[in-house]
Amino acid sequence: MRLLLIGLAAGFLSALLGVGGGIVIVPLLLLAGNWELRSATATSLAAIGITATAGVVTYVAHGEVRPVYAALVGVPAAVGALGGTALQQRLPVRTLSFLFAALLVAIAIRMLLQ
Amino acid sequence: MSYALAVLLGAVAGVLSGLFGVGGGILFVPTLTALGLSQLHAEASSLLAIIPTVLVGVWRQQRYGNVRWRPAVIIGLASIGAAVGGAQVAESLPEATLRKLFAVFLIVTAGQIAWRARRSS
Repeated sequence: MRLLLIGLAAGFLSALLGVGGGIVIVPLLLLAGNWELRSATATSLAAIGITATAGVVTYVAHGEVRPVYAALVGVPAAVGALGGTALQQRLPVRTLSFLFAALLVAIAIRMLLQ
Repeated sequence: MSYALAVLLGAVAGVLSGLFGVGGGILFVPTLTALGLSQLHAEASSLLAIIPTVLVGVWRQQRYGNVRWRPAVIIGLASIGAAVGGAQVAESLPEATLRKLFAVFLIVTAGQIAWRARRSS
């Protein structure tokens, strides 16, 4: 039930405000679900994969996707994700939590200035 | 923006994705609009770029034993349904106000996460 609500909140807010699902899913799993940080972020990635696939199918049907541009940022990002996940296993959860909090504040400031 | 910078920002988005469980769209969309894509094309292409990013992230996290599939499927499917609803009401709501409220919510959330991390050690 709680997971269902987290999913609904993530989908609703990302469509409404243009923020990614992970920004909603990870904090809710951490705070409302009391999850450990690494499993929260890993599970968030899997959930985002499902959501993004559904979104892409819709956009491709409308002809809005530019695959070459997607590859231009997506291929280096896939390589970056290798590094990011490896780094995540080595950093203490405490450090990761502070860094994630800093990322949320940065996104909040950007939204306030928009 | 040069293509080299776009590739670099893509790589940075990937590192953030692996570290924090986000898709990377927060960097993909502004990068793609800076390359000249419209907001709509940038958002659509960003979603496509998210797929290889999270595939690699999930593959690695699966090896580390961190992925919980059942919750992931429930959250993923629920958010697809809610996204359709969200897109429909987005037009009728005061977006600027919502944006500010959400930003405040993020700051409070960040505070709570930092507070817990500080206490847990």
